[in-house]
Amino acid sequence: MLELKDVSKRFGGLAAVDSVSLVLQEGRIGALIGPNGAGKTTCFGLMSGFIRPDQGQVVFCGRDITGWPAHQVSREGLVRTFQIVQPFTGQSVLENIAVGAQRRRSRGAAIAFAAEVAARVGLGEELAKPAESLPIAGRKRLELARALAAEPRLLLLDEVLAGLNPAEIAEVVPLIESIRAGGTTVLMIEHVMQAVMSLADEVWVLAHGSLIAAGTPEAVTRDPAVIEAYLGPGAAARLAQPT
Amino acid sequence: MHTPAPIGRTPAAADAPPAVVHLLGGTRRSIRLLGLIGMALACAPLVVRSEFHLTFMTLALYSTLLGSAWNILGGFGGQYSFGHAVFFGLGAYTGAILQVHAGLPAWTGLLAGSAIGGAAGAALGAISFRYGLRGSYFALVTLAMAEVFRIIANSVPFTGAGVGMMIELRSGPADLQFESRQGYYYFALALALVALAVSSWVRHSRFGAALAAVRDNEDAARALGIDATRIKVAATALSGSLMAAGGVFYLQYFHYIDPMLVFGPAVSVEALLGPIVGGLGTVLGPLIGAFALALVSQVATQALGQAPALSMALYGVILIVMVTFLPRGLGRLRLRRGRHA
Ligand SMILES: Nc1ncnc2c1ncn2[C@@H]1O[C@H](COP(=O)(O)OP(=O)(O)OP(=O)(O)O)[C@@H](O)[C@H]1O
Ligand SMILES: [Mg+2]
Repeated sequence: MLELKDVSKRFGGLAAVDSVSLVLQEGRIGALIGPNGAGKTTCFGLMSGFIRPDQGQVVFCGRDITGWPAHQVSREGLVRTFQIVQPFTGQSVLENIAVGAQRRRSRGAAIAFAAEVAARVGLGEELAKPAESLPIAGRKRLELARALAAEPRLLLLDEVLAGLNPAEIAEVVPLIESIRAGGTTVLMIEHVMQAVMSLADEVWVLAHGSLIAAGTPEAVTRDPAVIEAYLGPGAAARLAQPT
Repeated sequence: MHTPAPIGRTPAAADAPPAVVHLLGGTRRSIRLLGLIGMALACAPLVVRSEFHLTFMTLALYSTLLGSAWNILGGFGGQYSFGHAVFFGLGAYTGAILQVHAGLPAWTGLLAGSAIGGAAGAALGAISFRYGLRGSYFALVTLAMAEVFRIIANSVPFTGAGVGMMIELRSGPADLQFESRQGYYYFALALALVALAVSSWVRHSRFGAALAAVRDNEDAARALGIDATRIKVAATALSGSLMAAGGVFYLQYFHYIDPMLVFGPAVSVEALLGPIVGGLGTVLGPLIGAFALALVSQVATQALGQAPALSMALYGVILIVMVTFLPRGLGRLRLRRGRHA
């Protein structure tokens, strides 16, 4: 479904993403994890056409989409959300979601569909509220709803669980599972490991722009390189020693 | 809300939450309101007998046209132009050249002028937005464009250079010149209503939703498949086309144009002031703003006499007051409560 081939992006002297290659199969939930500043969001930018890679290729559904403008990538079915939520301020929740829904619909049909999507993500009671009046959990749901309304083939979720309390997380996790069950492939960036463990079929670990591990959640969390990337050099050895 | 749908109605409509019903009904409400306003304004000459008052209303409607034109790009699109005179002047000069040099009737000038205004809008939009100009940079480019065209009109022979152009006096609807004040009133009303109808379409259409999305968050809009550049170019074209029609009206009304009159900054200011006073990005804002401003400048003229730069100074003061105390415009004072209900 999605393939990165040796993709790199530098910001000045900093290699934000350094020769990353990965393949995500259709119908799966993948997770991209790694410490802060590892280059995860930059990876999403490269996949979705917001950032042009310095090197490498992005292939989506067999098509080389490297260098395509963002709106065209989205129309192809690869839709991202933003880590820092990006509502259409001044517009209601319903209007926000309807923008996502109107790609293949008339305005009227988009509004009706937007209401359905809102109900599905738990925003059914907030339709008329201005987007900026929602609490953070609501805004994250809105970000998700808007992307979902675009009916993507591949959905990129950038930390949609960040800032949510455990009860809210427990609500959104099954929602993500149901999105996959509905036929949408999902790639998520997530720091909430409990969600990664329960949702992801496959995990990629990024540190300082490079992939340091890939595999099932269980395998990856046992990988000493991953533990050291998160906790510092020598951490894996210290953890392995009984204290 | 949870009762079963009555037979014969689509379930979606029957079960729809109030917010959905409200948003879906926007177009119908807007058409009804514009119809009522249009009818009231069409009947106004039956009541307003004095030439003075009818002239006042004619010029306020003309100002509504300019404001609505500007509002499509500036209000609904969030791209503030300081040089809408460029489209106005192109419309006016197109009309004048077709009549004076080609001997064509004025209505061809209205069509060709609007078309050229639209094309100029598309070109200016394409140049600016392709290269990512925003905010004050876009404003400065438009301002510069109007100045460039003012200088061109001042220099080339077929525009009469600095002397300007005068059209022949001929009365008749096809010549878009009228012997009675009423004639001009209805001409201005027709143009203003077209501009308001276009605004209403923008407000409630898919195109308008995309335009507002780009205005409110361009990255989010792009992530949802909206071609931000194309949408902004289209809005500039639409805006330019209506603005050029305003230029043709000016020509038919005053019979005389020169570079400063039609490409000068006063026109650009008049176009942006109405919507800012009345309510940016609303359908009726430019109408409310135009009548409010016409009233204020009328009162000021009567109180202080005709001083040359008076209106500009006054507009400056109004702009500062509005932006400071009522940034959402007069129209929103009343509408605000109902907006998200
Ligand atoms: N537009 C930019 N210009 C310059 N540097 C940038 C830019 N975007 C990101 N960076 C840098 O690139 C690196 C990777 O950033 P990125 O946002 O991709 O990290 P991340 O893995 O998403 O981190 P987090 O978990 O904190 O969201 C960081 O050092 C960041 O400061
Ligand atoms: Mg990030």
